[in-house]
Amino acid sequence: MPKLASLSSLLVVAASLASACSRSEPNPSSDRAKNSAPVSATIKIGQTMPYSGPASAYGTIGKLQTAFFKQLNRTGGIKGKKVELVTLDDAYSPPKAVEQVRKLVEQDTVLAIFQPLGTPSNAAIHKYLNAKKIPQLFAATGASQWNDPEHFPWTMGFNINYVDEGRVYGRYIADNQPSAKIAILFQNDDYGKDYSKGLKEGLGEKAKLIVAEASYEVSDPTVDSQIATLKGSGADTFVNVTTPKFAAQAIRRAYDIGWKPTEYLNNVSASVGSVLTPAGLEKAVGLVTIAYYKDPTDKQWADDAGMKEWREFMTKEYPEGNLDDGVNVYAYIAAQTLVQVLKQCGDDVTSENIMRQAANLKDFAPAQLLPGIKINTGPKDYVLFDQLQLARFDGKSWVPFGPVLGVR
Amino acid sequence: MPSALPVRSMVGPPPRMPVALLIAAACALPFLLGDYRVFQLTLVIVHAIALLGLNLLTGYAGQISLGHGAFYAVGAYTTAILMEHFGVPYWLTIPMAGAVCLAAGVLFGLCASRLENLYLALATFGLGVSLPQILKYKHIEHWTGGVQGITLAKPTAPSGIPLSPDQWLYFLVLLVMIVLFAGAHNLLRGHAGRIMVAIRDCPIAARAMGIDAARYKSLTFGVSAMYTGIAGALGSMAVQFVGPDSFSFFLSLSFLVGIVVGGISTISGAIYGALFIQFVPNVAGDISKAAPSAIYGAFLIAVVYAMPHGVAGAVETVVRRLRAVGAEPRRATDHRDSHPRRNCA
Repeated sequence: MPKLASLSSLLVVAASLASACSRSEPNPSSDRAKNSAPVSATIKIGQTMPYSGPASAYGTIGKLQTAFFKQLNRTGGIKGKKVELVTLDDAYSPPKAVEQVRKLVEQDTVLAIFQPLGTPSNAAIHKYLNAKKIPQLFAATGASQWNDPEHFPWTMGFNINYVDEGRVYGRYIADNQPSAKIAILFQNDDYGKDYSKGLKEGLGEKAKLIVAEASYEVSDPTVDSQIATLKGSGADTFVNVTTPKFAAQAIRRAYDIGWKPTEYLNNVSASVGSVLTPAGLEKAVGLVTIAYYKDPTDKQWADDAGMKEWREFMTKEYPEGNLDDGVNVYAYIAAQTLVQVLKQCGDDVTSENIMRQAANLKDFAPAQLLPGIKINTGPKDYVLFDQLQLARFDGKSWVPFGPVLGVR
Repeated sequence: MPSALPVRSMVGPPPRMPVALLIAAACALPFLLGDYRVFQLTLVIVHAIALLGLNLLTGYAGQISLGHGAFYAVGAYTTAILMEHFGVPYWLTIPMAGAVCLAAGVLFGLCASRLENLYLALATFGLGVSLPQILKYKHIEHWTGGVQGITLAKPTAPSGIPLSPDQWLYFLVLLVMIVLFAGAHNLLRGHAGRIMVAIRDCPIAARAMGIDAARYKSLTFGVSAMYTGIAGALGSMAVQFVGPDSFSFFLSLSFLVGIVVGGISTISGAIYGALFIQFVPNVAGDISKAAPSAIYGAFLIAVVYAMPHGVAGAVETVVRRLRAVGAEPRRATDHRDSHPRRNCA
């Protein structure tokens, strides 16, 4: 009777395994009292990064920050405590991000997830981390839904969000060019849509000044035809909401076909080295943007103390990193912000206190931020950058102008 | 047990003891491991179901698909939308996702039934690359959640069953897997299985024997899509999130990788392949942050080189050799190729 034999063997195995596990340690997944218990000499922080996959260029953030905390630990850590950054590859895939974050939280028992990258991955781990009460700290995405302390008190974004940035341009145009005819070019995804939403909010009643909108897909080879359409609309103001490759194309194309609008370029593409130089510096004169950190390719910061410190770090600790890539400045600022939060925690380094201190940053200004830009947060205000300044390109570098503008 | 028909040799009678032991071990695991590991194993089983679906189509029926990630996504979104917008209980969404994908698969199969080899690969490739973008389309955005996707509630065990949500889902997924694997096993042993293999190995002879190849191809497409869609439904419950980026084209490719690495035209290969696509990327990431893809690629080349019939083929070879050690030496050479690719010629 093979059936009976297999059934009985199944039962025997199941019974022995069941008895084995009843003797075993308590389930490792059972809730750890991590929010109350103080931790030892090492502060464990987790992170997911797209080291592989379509967004692997951003992996440099995790690599730089790993080097950053190595250096920090070598020089004494934070009040004697070492910071261990466990950074894992999520391949820019939301399911993988969920898996890796669960590993970090449940197996590695990290106190916080620092700078997980990308809107989709952050959306996938949003509810989980809030249910587990583990900080989703300084999420590396510009989407607007991260700053919702009322419903998601454990999530805080880092970037200036797209809606806020769009709103600043909108308000500025409404105040200074009340009879503008506006054309918008945007990427056909949440980033572009958030942005144009902010722009329209900022324009308010003047939203009817928008005479033309064109979108492109990330997979499009060029935006030449979109630029031609926008020029044909007779617009005299151009809001360029594009990622670096398309920004360079748009700037060059508009100039080449003789369209000379007042042009606003979003911060994502404000790099002199990777956007304006390929577009042609002479074609970029007069562009207006918002920047909150110093562009490493901008000559005006060549002797700046903050940028010197950054460059020294790059050459010594992260020599494989690209000195022209603004993302490396961004990652450096975010790492310092985490250090500031951990310093503020004092001896009480718990998930709960990390979140409390992250919402208690006062006038924190890493030296790589533009002069006057400071990080301020509060329990009801999870937006790191509340004030921005516009800058105009003079053919060599971005020159700040006008008053400091509030984003709200 | 020598068999008159080569087809039968591919899907022999189920080895009862090992299967029973395997199921027993699988039932015990969630009590020995933490929730995170249980979650990982749940994903392995989900992938195994998806791989079996693709293997039915590509391995047995010989129809290559570069777009099964799309069916996986359709299954996942069916569950997500039904749960989120219609309040359908999670368990009921599993057969519904299967039905939707069955229909989608048959329809696609009908359209693609005239396409062979590379042309079929291209058509399915089109399916795989276009779906993530279609999900963002603004007129269906209020259903699909657009780029933001949909976050799902986690299924919990019915009251009275002392299991954590992860353990409960694991057992649910395991049960579905056992049912589907048994179903595939029976399908392949029977009439339909032989027709599928006949169409693969010798389409002209199959037609000459009066087999309606187009009809069987589209039916196989449907069943295959149903398996993969059910996997997608279960996967969305485990991950609790669906978004266009969850189903990039790379997912379709990793399914193909999974069936080849696991062992094409084998049922057990789906499990080996699932273990590979679940864990090897993690191992690659642990070895090198600088070039995880290169490490993954190296693993892949090594596996294909060392195990030309996939892990399942290698396991069978090892088992055969072990048996041969005890048996007469002559029997060691008296083996049949476990993966016959018999050509008409």
